[in-house]
Amino acid sequence: MGGLSVAWLTLIVLIPLAAVVVRSFDEGFGAFWDAITNPQAVAAIKLTVGVSFIVAAIDAVMGTLIAWVLVRDEFPGRRIVNGLIDLPFALPTIVAGLVLLALYGPTGPVGINVAYTRVALLLALLFVTLPFVVRAVQPVLMGLEREAEEAAESLGASAFTTFRRIILPALRPAILAGVGLAFGRAVGEFGSVILISGNLPYKTEVASVLVYGQIESGNTTGAAAVSVFLLVVAFVVLLGISFIAKRGADR
Amino acid sequence: MAIEARSITKRFGDYVALDDVSVHVPDGCLTALLGPSGSGKSTLLRVIAGLEAPDAGTVLIEGDDVTRRPARTREVGFVFQHYAAFKHMTVADNVAFGLTVRKRPKAATRARVAELLELVGLSHLGKRYPSQLSGGQRQRMALARALAVEPRVLLLDEPFGALDARVREELRAWLRRLHDEVHVTTIFVTHDQEEAMEIAEQIVVVNEGRIEQSASPAQIYDEPATPFVMSFVGPVTRIGDRLVRPHDVQVLTEPRDEGEQAVVTRIARLGFEVRVELLPPEGEPLTAQLSRAEFEQLEITEGQIVQIRVDPTGVTKEPASA
Amino acid sequence: MSRTALRTIALGYLAALLVVPVGMVFYRAFENGFGAAWDAVTTPPAQHAFFLTITVALIAVPANAIFGVLTAWVLAHYDFRGKRVFDVLIDLPFAVSPVVVGLSLVLVWGRDGWFPSTEVIFSTPGIVLATIFVSLPFVVREVLPVLEEEGTDQEQAASTLGARNWQVFWRITLPTIRWGLTYGIILSTARAIGEFGAVAVVSGKIQGRTETLTLYVEDRFQSLDLAGAYAAGVVLALLGVTVLAVMTLLQRRHGRI
Repeated sequence: MGGLSVAWLTLIVLIPLAAVVVRSFDEGFGAFWDAITNPQAVAAIKLTVGVSFIVAAIDAVMGTLIAWVLVRDEFPGRRIVNGLIDLPFALPTIVAGLVLLALYGPTGPVGINVAYTRVALLLALLFVTLPFVVRAVQPVLMGLEREAEEAAESLGASAFTTFRRIILPALRPAILAGVGLAFGRAVGEFGSVILISGNLPYKTEVASVLVYGQIESGNTTGAAAVSVFLLVVAFVVLLGISFIAKRGADR
Repeated sequence: MAIEARSITKRFGDYVALDDVSVHVPDGCLTALLGPSGSGKSTLLRVIAGLEAPDAGTVLIEGDDVTRRPARTREVGFVFQHYAAFKHMTVADNVAFGLTVRKRPKAATRARVAELLELVGLSHLGKRYPSQLSGGQRQRMALARALAVEPRVLLLDEPFGALDARVREELRAWLRRLHDEVHVTTIFVTHDQEEAMEIAEQIVVVNEGRIEQSASPAQIYDEPATPFVMSFVGPVTRIGDRLVRPHDVQVLTEPRDEGEQAVVTRIARLGFEVRVELLPPEGEPLTAQLSRAEFEQLEITEGQIVQIRVDPTGVTKEPASA
Repeated sequence: MSRTALRTIALGYLAALLVVPVGMVFYRAFENGFGAAWDAVTTPPAQHAFFLTITVALIAVPANAIFGVLTAWVLAHYDFRGKRVFDVLIDLPFAVSPVVVGLSLVLVWGRDGWFPSTEVIFSTPGIVLATIFVSLPFVVREVLPVLEEEGTDQEQAASTLGARNWQVFWRITLPTIRWGLTYGIILSTARAIGEFGAVAVVSGKIQGRTETLTLYVEDRFQSLDLAGAYAAGVVLALLGVTVLAVMTLLQRRHGRI
């Protein structure tokens, strides 16, 4: 029975991914290297990784804040708001792009138009990565024993100090795990960015869009090479999360 | 001989859980596997049940060699420490399960379930779900469930371990009465020596994967085979290099030839008995246990120097290697 | 910082990023009346896209459900070398960019691929494979924790009572995991319906043949048919929101038991 599951995974996931790796080196290491060091690719990769880092950082802060408000605060409609957090998971990415375009694009009612800019990119990635940190932090926050905080308070610590020295360290593994997932998602995101960012090479073209363009134009080697880069990033992120999660659990 | 385990060895990786262990359980007997945590007693029970396969040795149930047979075919009833209730089924369906999977006719099943629920005192709870029952009720349900298919032997793995002290005592006595009524060969695992002593007809003391002794409760207490058995099953204290029961320590206020001197360091009155802590001039502190009458007769006080010796008429026979 | 300040920032962020934009799409879709929106979304290509999306989901989701239950069962009951690696690999679809998923399938089944076939790329089977790929982990990830928490006691008890292996699975294991399985199927379905990037690469976007609903949205947008795009987008959004609502309702009811 175990064999069946492994076979399924291999057939559906592992063999296709292996094909990408093989294809990227099909024309030799030189071609591989050229594919990921040509100026357009470099620009796309730098943009992708850079924006993803920024997005992950913003997610870390806002995600923790939102989780905090959802767990520790009480207000009418809190349950509905909690349910809304999963909206980016339930919405197809292409619709997410459309959604942001409706408000922040050329036809937006409030006069903000960030279409075809890096800000649009940021918005799209913030949208699709919103749930990761929130959902990672919430259960940990809910399970925190208040006694440690109460002890700190009785010893004279301010609310902020208590947060910084008692609560935050306890949340750190969860935040990092959420950030890891958010980063991994942002790096590979496609559907939500193609409408709103305009995909302008060197300006708003991310790696996934570059790969798409290369596939369309028949340059599968180049596409495969950049894809391998993205795959390596994905794998490293996954391993990192697994490691952090294990360390956090061992505590 | 209803159950026989011969030379069972079981390893988990490098860890030896059972080392060449042999146990005999007579027909209809209520036997306790008694030992500390990690002694291998649960493993032995599970090997007998067929939930674990031994690396060596054989298991016979009523003369049949069942060593290579899966649990399903051994006709054993097994009761788990944490009940293993089928949470998504009613109490009645739980009890009926063994009969249901054997495709017994519904009417017969219903009748048997009713019979068993009455036996364990849960007749009015048949339509409830396990989550609505107390721990003690769940365990009684588990017993009814195990008995429903008329197993050849009944195996209980620390059945009362998850229950409150009071419920534990009630169920202990209840199990004894049930056994007297139903007479199925039963083995139960426990780390509580009081429980074993109270209800078992035969006690098998297990330690670190080996059998230390297999005997009746009286023999286990009065004639312990090893120091481990002696100290596990009852209180012990040391005089010199002898292992002795505190109630076998005699305290004398008049000097005699045998015996040694000791200072009374503490007297603790525990209701019906009195514990006297003593310190001999060279040696470890020891404890003597006196009845109220004995204590009042002696009229000793703290700080007094007295004579102590092992009661020559004491019942407890010392283990071979002390 | 004060409680109200934090609350305002959090809610404001969510409003600006999530709620208002989604509301805008609904507004734009129905701006010219419900009739216009309905017309936009019932054109033949749109209908075909809708049915294609549903068909693909109806194949991919059960396939992954079976795989998911099987895998979760194996992971919960057995220890074997490489188990941790296998566990991590199951999460790969979460971390791989959809475009790369599409590319990988083209490289295996495409004209110059390892197993060239005209039936896969630019055709429904290819879309199905891509969808299975991206929605693979959901059922495993929902069912495995349930199995691990319940432990094997119930199954062993059933065994001692005489149940055969398949009886144990059918009468004990499946009922025990039914909520995890349900959540997993729901999440898997939402993912399958919403997939874009992988399908964009693999399908060739042939309108009326291999265009799913998500591809249709993009197509309408690129054709400057904003009304069509918004209308189809709303259909997808409604599907997504329904999924969310069903999940939340089930979770609340389940939590009460």
